[in-house]
Formats: sequence, structure tokens, C-alpha cells
Amino acid sequence: MAKVTTPKPAELVTSIDLKPSAQQWMDIPTEIKPGTFCWGAKAKNLNIVEFPNARDWNPSEEDWKLPENWQEIFLTGMKNLLDKYRSFKVFMDICVRCGACADKCHFFIGSGDPKNMPVLRAELLRSVYRRYFTTSGKMLGKTAGARDLTIDVLKELWYYFYQCTECRRCSLFCPYGIDTAEITIMGRELMNQLGLNTDWISGPVANCYMKGNHLGLEPHAIMNSIEGMIDDIETITGIRINPSFNRKGAEILFVTPSGDLFADPGTFTCMGYLMLFHELGLDYTWSTYASEGGNFGFFTSNEMAKRLNSKIYAEAKRLGVKYIIGGECGHMWRVLTQYMDTWNGPADFLEVPVSPITGTRFDTSRSTKMIHITEFTADLIKNGKLKLDPSRNDDLIVTYHDSCNTSRGMGLLDEPRYIIRNVCNHFHEMPENTIREQTFCCGSGTGLNASENMELRMRGGFPRANAVKFVKDRHGVNMLANICAIDRATLSASMDYWVPGVRVTGVHEMVANALIMKGEKERETNLRGEPLPGKEGN
Amino acid sequence: MSIEQFLSEQKDTILTKWFDLVLDTYPPDTAVFLKKQDNPFANPVGHTIREGMGHVLDELVRETPSGQIGVFLDNIIRIRAVQDLTPERALSFIFSLKEVVREALRTASHQPLPYDELLAFESRVDRLALLSFDIFVQCREKLYDIKANELRKMTFRLLQRVNDMDEDQEKKPDPAG
Repeated sequence: MAKVTTPKPAELVTSIDLKPSAQQWMDIPTEIKPGTFCWGAKAKNLNIVEFPNARDWNPSEEDWKLPENWQEIFLTGMKNLLDKYRSFKVFMDICVRCGACADKCHFFIGSGDPKNMPVLRAELLRSVYRRYFTTSGKMLGKTAGARDLTIDVLKELWYYFYQCTECRRCSLFCPYGIDTAEITIMGRELMNQLGLNTDWISGPVANCYMKGNHLGLEPHAIMNSIEGMIDDIETITGIRINPSFNRKGAEILFVTPSGDLFADPGTFTCMGYLMLFHELGLDYTWSTYASEGGNFGFFTSNEMAKRLNSKIYAEAKRLGVKYIIGGECGHMWRVLTQYMDTWNGPADFLEVPVSPITGTRFDTSRSTKMIHITEFTADLIKNGKLKLDPSRNDDLIVTYHDSCNTSRGMGLLDEPRYIIRNVCNHFHEMPENTIREQTFCCGSGTGLNASENMELRMRGGFPRANAVKFVKDRHGVNMLANICAIDRATLSASMDYWVPGVRVTGVHEMVANALIMKGEKERETNLRGEPLPGKEGN
Repeated sequence: MSIEQFLSEQKDTILTKWFDLVLDTYPPDTAVFLKKQDNPFANPVGHTIREGMGHVLDELVRETPSGQIGVFLDNIIRIRAVQDLTPERALSFIFSLKEVVREALRTASHQPLPYDELLAFESRVDRLALLSFDIFVQCREKLYDIKANELRKMTFRLLQRVNDMDEDQEKKPDPAG
């Protein structure tokens, strides 16, 4: 019988170490810890889009099954990116490590891990840049802040570039205007070349490439899902809505994230779009091919993002529409406003968007020909075109979370607030340094909204949740509104953990609840099937 | 002087030292940030932990406890339960209160406290530790619940539609008669 050795009490006590290491960051090895990372990409998904070095691999295993010449691939890839993007080279060179960004990242604030300070996260890559691309780094090595690209360094880069949501809050405070999100984008491009993608991102990318949307919904599934919503709307309002799909000659193409089609509470937002467009008699169509506003390709490589994005203009051209309206989504809008035009434009076959109801011409979108639905709806309200009864939302005490991409990425700050103030009677802002341009990320953007990295998500979500808790305690806030499909999914989880009692909604769910539709029956419930204020006893 | 009076008089000193010991469980750069940034929204972790510890101290010396001590502990532990801390490190702050109070008693210039009083106080801290284990486990269980719920939400609508279609199918008269 094997002899069992039990530790002595004194040994047990000394094994408890309460203090973390005080070494310099380069000397502290990175441990890949469960709860913090997403599972590795599956070979089959990478093969679908012809990404290199496809293989099944597991980040928690020692062997990542890298190609033999992985260093060469990485460094050649880095050289190509430095040559192609002058911004990347500038960002590698000009940081003076002033620390202005250090405490602005939600992941650092929530986790306390110094390698989540944006300056240090970028330094992980800069140290490699110095070693191979600068004279001082080549000659002086560690003294000049340079280090060799070892397997441990590669793993560290992977680990931390998937702990950044590219939210750009840090960039707001950088005196040099360094866009740390771009550094993460470059870092992930390099990982992509080694097949080091994550399953949560590469699955949706493959789906979107094959079927047109992240969830892999085929045309009948999309129509079936919307059919279900139409049934619910009829039950609630007595009105039967008949939207069209893939209709040639429609004036407007409507594109929204596919999350709105299946996952609550996004589905209620989607019902909101359907009801609003029906009430206006809008000449619009859904597409079952350009059926995704979001773009997870953006989290892998520039080229992949471009490929996935191309279907939107292609479908607009095929259907012969005049312009495009986009639904409530976050990163979709950064892609549409900052990249689409140069990737797949000019869309000179489309017209500058003009609201058929108010006649307003949206010159801000004269190049992309695509407007955000909150711009469209705010204009309707401003021109008195909607009959609204905000008291139907009187059970809601609302606050508004600015999605990183719509606020910092496209400056869409006031339209959603204007709508909310017109469809609700109780609205309270969170503290100034947590909203608008300074908004805190939900903690789960850029494809980090998997379940296996839940600890990371909760850490990153805490600064936002903390501000929500403040308005809940002070004003009794019970509803967190936003205009992003990922927010709707991930803030629900974050609220569940940090601020129970606060639910999450899209803005157009509240619009539709307040919207008085022609010929509707007296409504008893809201879109969630809950009794309207004053109808509780019915 | 009772231990309660002593703790009330020395509250600020004890709280500062206790908080410093919690900060020691974070890397040095992080500890500086958690200590120095005053804005509760820019530094929610430091602010929540310090504020929570202050309330816990108040509760320990209060003649009639408000029954809120679990809430204050929850605010602190909820954060530490998701940070990169082992359970022992996450909850070590409870036990470090004993060290801080003993040290304060050693250095304070007043009549020594009756030994029984100190033991009674330390027993209260031990009960606090037991309560903390509960809260820590609840937080971890909540995380697993959230993971499971996310998966359920992803498929709920889909299954609902399939079930509805099944029901419709059942309602249709059988063509074979």
C-alpha cells in the first residue's frame, strides 16, 4: 500500500502566499488561467475562410501545435503590417509611457492586473518590435526595453490581446492620440496568421461567410423567427404585420445584427423595428443574405472584415434599393462609418438617405448611404411624426449605456437620449465620467462574449456595473437601455452578477411600447408579455 | 474601556492599516492606483472595498447591529471572487483585521483590555469569516448560473419555435383519417 504523506501544519501555513510578485513585468511569467480565455478556433472553421495554419488546439495545453517556423511567420507578418500601416509604426515608436491611459481600461480597473494597463499591454508587443525592428533594441536588448520572441512571449501576447475589447477609452486620454485598439487589432492579425484564433470568433466568421450571418441562420430560419415575432405583435396589438424579404425595388434595405433575431432581449428590440416600420408604411425590405450587421471578421483580420462586409453593398445593389438603414448594434457601426466606404465603396449606385416621412436629408451619411436607426427615429420624433404614449413605460426607470463604438467610434451620443426622453418619463444619466465619450465598455466586446471567460467578463464589466448600481441606489433605476446587440446580451449577464434587479433593453423596444399604432386594440401588456402600468390586475 | 470604544476611537487608523493589508494582495502598481484614485467611478474596486470595510468595522462595534453586514461583505467579496485571486487570498482580508487590531492594541497608550474582550472580538471576526465563505461560494455559483443561462437564452427562441411547430402539427387532423 502506498504511503500517504500529509503536510505538517507548519508546511500548510507557509504554502499560503498572500502577496503577489513584485518583480518587473518582463520577469513575471504569464499563466494561462481558466475563466480568462476563450477556447481555440477549430480547424474546420478556419478552413472555410482559408485562414492559415488551421488546426484544433487548446490554449490550456502546453503544446499549441504551432507551425515550425512560427517566429518567421510572426516577424514577417509584423514587418508587413509596419510597412502597410504607418499608424502602427507611429504607435510603436511614440509612446512616452506617461501613464495617462494606464488606469482608464475597464479590464485593468476591474482586474488589477498591471498587464491590462493599455500602456503595458501595448508594451508587450513594443518590446518585440524594439528587439527586431530598432537598432537600439537589437544592440541593447532588455536595457532598451526589448525582448526575444519566445514561445512564452507569444502566449502572453495572445492572452492579453484577447483581454482587450478595442473600446478605445484609453485612446481618449492619450496625449499623443495613440489608438491602443489599433495595436490590439494588429496583434490579433498576427495571431490570425498563426491560426491562433478563438472559437467564439472564428465560428461566427465561418457562419457569416457561408450563410450571411453569425448564427448561421438560413433564409427559412430568419423568416420563421420574424414570423414568431409577428405572431407575438398581433397578440399584443391586434395588428398583423407583413414585412417583405429580399424584395427587389424596395426603397430601403434594413440590416441588423442577427443577435436581434434569436436572443432575448434583442428579439424585443427587433419587434420594435417591425412595429415602427409598419406604422410608418415604410417601403423597406429585409435581406436573408445580408442578414448580419455585425462583423466578427473585424476581430480577425482587415481582409476578412472586408470580405464579410461586402455583402451589404452587394445586396443593396442586387435589390436596387436607394439606401440602407442599420439596426441597433455597436461594432457594426464602427465598421460601417470608418471602414466600409474605403473597403467596398464608393456606393455611388445608392442615393444620399432622405427620410420619406420627414424629408430630412442625412448628409452625414452622404458617402456611406447608410444611417443608424436612432438617427432615423429621432428625426421622426423631432418632426412630430410619431404618436407616443410614454406612460406605457412608466414602470421603467431608465439609464442609458453608450456603446463604445457608437459613442467613440461614430459620435452618436444625443439621438438615443432624445428618443428615450420622448418614450419614457423616467430617465437618469449615470455619472459624467462613465458616459458619452468616456463610457465604460460592457466588458465583453470584440468577440469576448463567450461563456468560458466569464471571470474576465465580470472583471471588465465592473466599472460599467458600478455606475449602474449608483443610479439604481440613488434613483431606483431598473432598466439599462443601449443600442448594441452585444450589450443587450452581455450586460444582462453583468447586471445579473453585479446589480440584480436591473434589466436590459434596446431603445426601439421602448419606442414600440410607447408607439400608438393606427387600429391597434387596447394594449394590456408590453412586448415582453408583462402587464402595462395600470393593467396589472387584468 | 471596552473593545467597542477602542475600535470606535481608533477607527480611522485601523481602517487605513486594514485597507493597506488588502492592497498588499494586489501587485504594487495596482495597489498605488487603488489607494490614490479618489473618484468612486474611476476606481470602483478601491472605493467599494474601502467603503465596505468601513461599514464592516462600524457593524462590529455597534450595540445593535443593523443586519447589513452581509451586504457590505458581499460588495467586497463579489469583486474578489472574480479577480485573479485564490480563495485564500480573496478572503484573507477578514483575518488580517485581527492582526491590525492586535497591533493597534499593542501600540495604543491606554489600560490593557481584558483578555476576554479581545477573545470575544476575535470570535466575532471568525464568524465574519464563516459568513464570507458563504458569500464567496454564492458568488462563484452565480457565475456558473450565468454561464448556463447564457446557453439557455441562445437556444430558447429556437426551441420555442420548434415546439410551437410540433404543437401545430399535432393539432392538424391526421390525413390518413
